Amino acid sequence: MTSVKSLAAKPWIWSFLAALLVWLATIVFTGGHGAGGMVTAALSLAVFTVIVGIGQMFVITLGPGNVDLSLPANIGLASAVAMKVMGGSDSMIAAGLLAALACGAAIGAVNYLLIWALRIPPIIATLSASFIIQSVDISYGRGLQIKPPPGFADFTNWQISGIPVLAMLTVLFTIGAGIALQRMIYGRSVLAIGQNIRAAWLAGVNVGRIRFLTYTLSGALGGLDGALLAGYFRGANVDIGNEYLLASIAVVVIGGTSVAGGKANVPGVWGAALFLVLLLTMLNTFGVSAGVRLLLTGLIIVGVITAAGGEKAVR
Amino acid sequence: MAESNADIIRLNGAEKHFGAANSDIVRLDGAEKHFGAVRALSGVDFHVGPGECVGLVGHNGAGKSTLMHMVAGTSTPDSGRIGVHGGIEENYSVSRAQQLGIRCVFQELSLCPNLDVAENTRINHASLAGFGWRRRAAELIAGKLDEIFPGHGISASDIVGDLSIGRRQMVEVARAFTVTQDRLDLVILDEPTSSLDAHTAGQLLAFVRRFVASGKSCILISHVLGEVLRNADRIVVMRDGKVVASAAAGAFDRDRLVTVMGGAEARQKMAAEMAAKSGAGPLRVRARPAVQKDGVDLVARAGEIIGLAGLAGHGQTDLLLAIFNAASRARAGVEVTAPVALVAGDRQSDGIFPQWSIAQNIGIRSLARLRNGLLISARREAELAALWQKKIGIRTPDMNNNIFSLSGGNQQKALFARALGSDAGIVLMDDPMRGVDVGTKLEVYDLVREEARRGRTFLWYTTETEELDNCDHIYVFKNGRIVADLTRHELSEEKIIQSSFGDAA
Repeated sequence: MTSVKSLAAKPWIWSFLAALLVWLATIVFTGGHGAGGMVTAALSLAVFTVIVGIGQMFVITLGPGNVDLSLPANIGLASAVAMKVMGGSDSMIAAGLLAALACGAAIGAVNYLLIWALRIPPIIATLSASFIIQSVDISYGRGLQIKPPPGFADFTNWQISGIPVLAMLTVLFTIGAGIALQRMIYGRSVLAIGQNIRAAWLAGVNVGRIRFLTYTLSGALGGLDGALLAGYFRGANVDIGNEYLLASIAVVVIGGTSVAGGKANVPGVWGAALFLVLLLTMLNTFGVSAGVRLLLTGLIIVGVITAAGGEKAVR
Repeated sequence: MAESNADIIRLNGAEKHFGAANSDIVRLDGAEKHFGAVRALSGVDFHVGPGECVGLVGHNGAGKSTLMHMVAGTSTPDSGRIGVHGGIEENYSVSRAQQLGIRCVFQELSLCPNLDVAENTRINHASLAGFGWRRRAAELIAGKLDEIFPGHGISASDIVGDLSIGRRQMVEVARAFTVTQDRLDLVILDEPTSSLDAHTAGQLLAFVRRFVASGKSCILISHVLGEVLRNADRIVVMRDGKVVASAAAGAFDRDRLVTVMGGAEARQKMAAEMAAKSGAGPLRVRARPAVQKDGVDLVARAGEIIGLAGLAGHGQTDLLLAIFNAASRARAGVEVTAPVALVAGDRQSDGIFPQWSIAQNIGIRSLARLRNGLLISARREAELAALWQKKIGIRTPDMNNNIFSLSGGNQQKALFARALGSDAGIVLMDDPMRGVDVGTKLEVYDLVREEARRGRTFLWYTTETEELDNCDHIYVFKNGRIVADLTRHELSEEKIIQSSFGDAA
């Protein structure tokens, strides 16, 4: 009984419950058909949202106004960079991944530079950066679809008994992110800045460095995501990251991270990502039109924020 | 002696009866309040008559604020009755209190920082509507500020967030005294002078006397016992959620009050300690205010406690922040030779992390030392918290509770623990004793002196002249400059006031 209670007190449990409900509703509708396949597909797709979601989570945790809107453009450019460096050859996979990471990290660093040096609010800075990145991407990729090396494509689609290997690796990564958040100086500092940036500065936290690291981390994860997406969907293109603007923010919020900053939730990102993917599958299965799908997704996010805001504030 | 003592402790029997003295502005009968397991108030009887200034004293956590929240309508008693102007109030609330002429200036300032002074005034006065409300609000607040704090230097169009904390408090106080369509009979002042310097505090207290003389009433809560003794007609002492004494102010003196409050030992031993200390350690800080032209430096050596005095907001905090910055990045005119930690005075905006436990709030300054490999060790963090809980006496059953489970004074102790528990050789204190009770203060003073004996350097900005007794050396500030440099033996209130107002160029 007490364990149920303590479980219910964890904010991330709700996103998993929601995902479970959606899954059950769908298999009831299909009469049990494709239940396993649905889980596999959900895990494969959720991975990409989780990776950028974690980066976005750290950024949002920095406090009100902090958000990385350059992720879609970043993903697009990094996917092109990765595919070009790999050049279709298996021997260049590692180099391509590194290039994507470096490209993303550079974008993150530039984002912070704009915020810090020019004192532009993060929303404007990352949004305007994303226009620049997109232009670079268009002229760099020339709008062509560049194919991944076969080894890389196979790797991103590799499954062991129905569970995507990429999902397993991402679980490990999120565990690492959780530890970094709660148990490392970096994570503690992010949480401190998000609660009260002035108090954090006066308590000796190196505010500038932590914010720089956080935007760079978010950028690097965006870059990595771009490369993996290009592998999974067998080709890079400019629009490949488009849906991750809304999705990266949605999973953070639905997952129980506070939009006001200072409170983050790593497992919730997983639950929320699975929920979003399964929700989409469910609506598709029900045969709902694309417009209604978007409408429902938007309403659900509003609903979650309202419900989370109804929680009794500490003070 | 024993007899008069008993007199004070005995509660006035008349206080037990409703309606017996209908002229009372407010009356609480057997008020009780629990917060979880904590009993904040256990059966309190309290009343305020017209034309009376009631002083309310007691240590932090004695229940003063809880009681005042009930009078102001921001919280309701679990049991007991509340009556206003002779009638019993069943559904008492803030808006009802406002209608009945009861206002409150709480310890945690409640102005909206993003609005200007006039707009903040409008919030309390719904009748300031229609064309020209802004001008009328500005006139209302400016008139009241002029009346209470002549020469205040605040404009009605100033954004509150840009004002110093002292000025914000002045606006807060003045706003409570403004009148439009609602009546005004009673103003509760909870630590109204905590962020004011001696001069403005004097202005406020003089105004309170005039206000009371005109037949209105005040409740004055202050940890500066002298203020209460000089300005209250009647003093009510609270301890552990009960009223333990209630009598005319003349029946008390300072020692008596401290005894009834259950106060800590007297402060004589400190004077002896200070005298015993001498000798100059290695230089820790040499700093010059940015606008200082005559080459005067603030110098602090290892083991010294340096006081920064003068009127509030005359550059003391700026210099502390310059020193704080210089510790991480070299700066012209400031020399710092040891790690620095800062104890914030404005707890909410400069100190507290509201989402965190007490232990996490203490540990944040020492994360590097709490590591075990790459990870922060939960055990070491708990040990650090436990050590300082014992050393500084933070009153809580569990250091893993949220920081806001503590009373204000205990929150401040946690901030002290954060700085003193760190590796800092230099501790900057930005008027940290605001709204802290006498008992806590004396405990912290002891600790500060003990840490100084061990070689730590303290730079202590304070608006309370009494606290400067703890310092080896005092720098008086005016308009951002050091205008006087006093040793402990030269120190006196007159001297500081003289330097603060003198026209040193």
